[in-house]
Amino acid sequence: MADPSPVSFFDRPNSYVGRSPTRPNAKRHLAGRGNFVDDIKLPRMLHAAMLRSPYAHAEILSIDTSEAAALPGVIKIITGEDLEGVCKPVVGVLVHLEGLKSQPQMPLAHGRARWQGEPVVAIAATSRAIAEDAAALVMIDWKELPAVTDMETALDADTPVIHADLGDNHAWHREVISGDVDEAFADAAHVVEETFNFGRHTGVTLEPRALLADYNPIEERLTVHHSGQGPHFFQAVWANILGIPETSIRVISPDVGGSFGIKIHTYGDEVATLMLSKFLGRPVKFIADRLESFSADIHARDHRVKAKVGLDADGRIVAFEIDDLTGIGPYSMYPRSSAIELNQVLNLTGGQYLIPNYKAVGDVVFQNKNMMCQYRAVGHPIATAVGECMADLAAEKAGLDPVEFRRLNLLPDDGYPTKIPSGLPLEKLSHQECLEKLLVMMDYDAKRDEQKKLRSDGVYRGIGLASFIEVTNPSPMFYGIGGAKVSAMDGCTLRIEPTGKVTCTIGVTEQGQGTETIIAQVVATAVGVPMEDVRVLTGDTDMSAYGGGTWASRGAGIGGEAALQAGKALKENVLTVAASVLQSEADALDMINGIVVDKESETERMGLEELATMVQFRTHEIPNDVNPEFVVTRHYRVTEFPFVLTNGIQGAYVEVDTDTGFIKLLKHFVVEDCGRIINPQLVDEQVRGGVVQGIGGVLFEHCQYSDDGQLLNATMADYLVPMAVEMPDIVVGHVESPTGTSELGAKGVGEAGTGGAPAAILNAVNDALSPLNARVTDQPITPEMVLRALGKI
Amino acid sequence: MDQLIDISLTVNGEQVSARVPTRTNLVDFLRVELDLTGSHVGCEHGICGACTIRVDGLIVRGCLMLAAQAECADVVTIEGLHNSGEIADLQDAFLQRNALQCGFCTPGMLLASAEYLKTNGTPDREGIREFLSGNYCRCTGYEAIVDAVEKVARNRAGNTGGSK
Repeated sequence: MADPSPVSFFDRPNSYVGRSPTRPNAKRHLAGRGNFVDDIKLPRMLHAAMLRSPYAHAEILSIDTSEAAALPGVIKIITGEDLEGVCKPVVGVLVHLEGLKSQPQMPLAHGRARWQGEPVVAIAATSRAIAEDAAALVMIDWKELPAVTDMETALDADTPVIHADLGDNHAWHREVISGDVDEAFADAAHVVEETFNFGRHTGVTLEPRALLADYNPIEERLTVHHSGQGPHFFQAVWANILGIPETSIRVISPDVGGSFGIKIHTYGDEVATLMLSKFLGRPVKFIADRLESFSADIHARDHRVKAKVGLDADGRIVAFEIDDLTGIGPYSMYPRSSAIELNQVLNLTGGQYLIPNYKAVGDVVFQNKNMMCQYRAVGHPIATAVGECMADLAAEKAGLDPVEFRRLNLLPDDGYPTKIPSGLPLEKLSHQECLEKLLVMMDYDAKRDEQKKLRSDGVYRGIGLASFIEVTNPSPMFYGIGGAKVSAMDGCTLRIEPTGKVTCTIGVTEQGQGTETIIAQVVATAVGVPMEDVRVLTGDTDMSAYGGGTWASRGAGIGGEAALQAGKALKENVLTVAASVLQSEADALDMINGIVVDKESETERMGLEELATMVQFRTHEIPNDVNPEFVVTRHYRVTEFPFVLTNGIQGAYVEVDTDTGFIKLLKHFVVEDCGRIINPQLVDEQVRGGVVQGIGGVLFEHCQYSDDGQLLNATMADYLVPMAVEMPDIVVGHVESPTGTSELGAKGVGEAGTGGAPAAILNAVNDALSPLNARVTDQPITPEMVLRALGKI
Repeated sequence: MDQLIDISLTVNGEQVSARVPTRTNLVDFLRVELDLTGSHVGCEHGICGACTIRVDGLIVRGCLMLAAQAECADVVTIEGLHNSGEIADLQDAFLQRNALQCGFCTPGMLLASAEYLKTNGTPDREGIREFLSGNYCRCTGYEAIVDAVEKVARNRAGNTGGSK
């Protein structure tokens, strides 16, 4: 008989879903026993160093490695010429981004270098120090060429063309049009316009990119210990470039010291390291140093967006138009492409609002700067800042409080399913509920009163709101459709050991978010065993079913659902065998806490350990027609949507010192909706960490280039990342709208903080400055920028 | 070529003698020669704090000190600090509060937090934030770390009959 109880599977007393157990894998880090790539030593291991282009754009007339090669301890030096005909050049285009073009790219620059930091020569030596000594002895005859650095003039007739074969510096153009903005603007009661600039920044993973390549020429197998986010992804990418079968490459990701999207791209220095190992038949380790991280890890943002919003007399949005321009460096990154961030800006801008007429135009141009690609919350910080800053401008124009404007214009909670202006489908969002919850959490009205009071004392505080939408749980429509071998599906395999313990292998990976913990929670709940009896193994292509890894907030939603379905299937198998032993029926039994019980009475019948032991060693006690399958695999991918969009809202409370331009973050508030929450503490910490990365982008982080393409601040002393002392406490609340695309109902949460924080803080700063008739529109907002806006310098 | 120098020092209570290149910094010596890989290298500029270790009772940047300078020094790394049990309460507070994600900053963060607790130790959030600002964390946003250190400060004050 079916359980008539309204209590869901996840709400049962023995469920781990919705609880916050600690992370089993955190303990080793606390004891100094983490296992990062640079902690691994292999016999006969060598160390690689790269010689990189000192110029943004230059011809390589000749390379003389003879002196470097003669240095004791130097084992192998390779240049771009050595890889010609050996490595397959890659082209970072996706067929569904129609018209996107890029030039074939090799791991090491050959003939011409196109950004300062591009790897040119790779050296393997007995120590990193010796490899660096050798790099200093390599003689290269350079002919410096004019650099294309300003994206605004990249398409001008007198600007040099970076790739002659492509004809111009124009990588991509896209337009999104729904309705008729021109007509709507003509009829609008109010129109507001603004231009926003978003500086380049980068992920600054505290552990730099790292890999240890170990090619065995006898077995013709390449094993790579790699600090990365998707072992199977890299297996496919490297197999393609090296021309060896995917199954001959094993990628192992041990502990990964932060990734944030930085460690999911194809880097020439990493491929060159694989080639050093392949040429030598021995292990070669490459660890990027911090200078290399800044000049060769992908950068992101660097967009200029012109925006225009039209309102009717009541303050309702009637039209929204944007024009986005971005420079992506000299190539589009393989295979995910460097057009996705602009694509997301065009897709997502204004997506939290009811907008009857929408037009978005975007252009992607090449330039002689480091390559750009997907970093945490791809496009979201830009789309959200443009949408929410325009909302505040529009509210002011219409004479509405920002809250009233949002109540009027945000998508209503009873209006689903619907589509955002760019046409992406929405299943079920909760903008209005999140807004109301945030106002209570931050005590909005009291803060407005306080703000007013303090202004008379010359203290300028600001409140900023930012509603946002967030792309999570991507389907094959994200990359697979474009021809990239990026898996949208993940498999989870569970097996019951003879001890009754459960071993789980899964394609999603752990980079500190707590993936392994939440997967264990789901498995323990689904199978009906204690969580400590579940061991989760990730990050090894030889071990787990094929999967996409962890990026775009897919770990919980996609990996979690695969784990849930595998767990349910395994439990069914267990109960079938138990029923035959106990002379019962499978559906009359249940498993709670590792013990098979009668479903109705919960009377204990048999421990899982006893059953598993019987299955493995005393199978003669089981009827011959019962086949105990104590290993199951289930897969999951999103089918009904291109991705599962979710939402949230942030509120920033700041104080601007009008004498120094300094911005003090007083407190920050977030309400987000990631559907069913598996582990509340881990979700909150994803939000907090994400917010602080967003704060980095809006206030501190900036890859600054000179006009001739030199990166000026490639050290941690000069490139500012948030420190503890300047960060606020962050209050996190939730609305839970489980997605119907899966039984688990989990959506992603990893992008939420980073996507929304810049907009909230930009709005708060402008709210603080509003009585002084000053406003800022560019990020990062520096004290200098504030003082300029105030007319003080 | 590398000049070599002989050094003798104490590392986590053990006597160590080695011949090292003069240019080798202390954290590389600990990681590569002694396989004490708990101390991490994040910037080699003395900024990020991932390589924080204790030398003669005070925390230093392992990347800003040469191994040769550690002659006769008493060096404690996360491995030694863990084994001594000195920070068991702090480690547990980090675990309970999820004050770490990727774990790369964690050893340095624990060394710095332990010093705060020893030298100041007041459960003052601003003071904790100020003190830990030489240690970068890219994952947590710091709040959970501040919470954990604050909790230990309160507990230790309570246990020793200190203020509040």
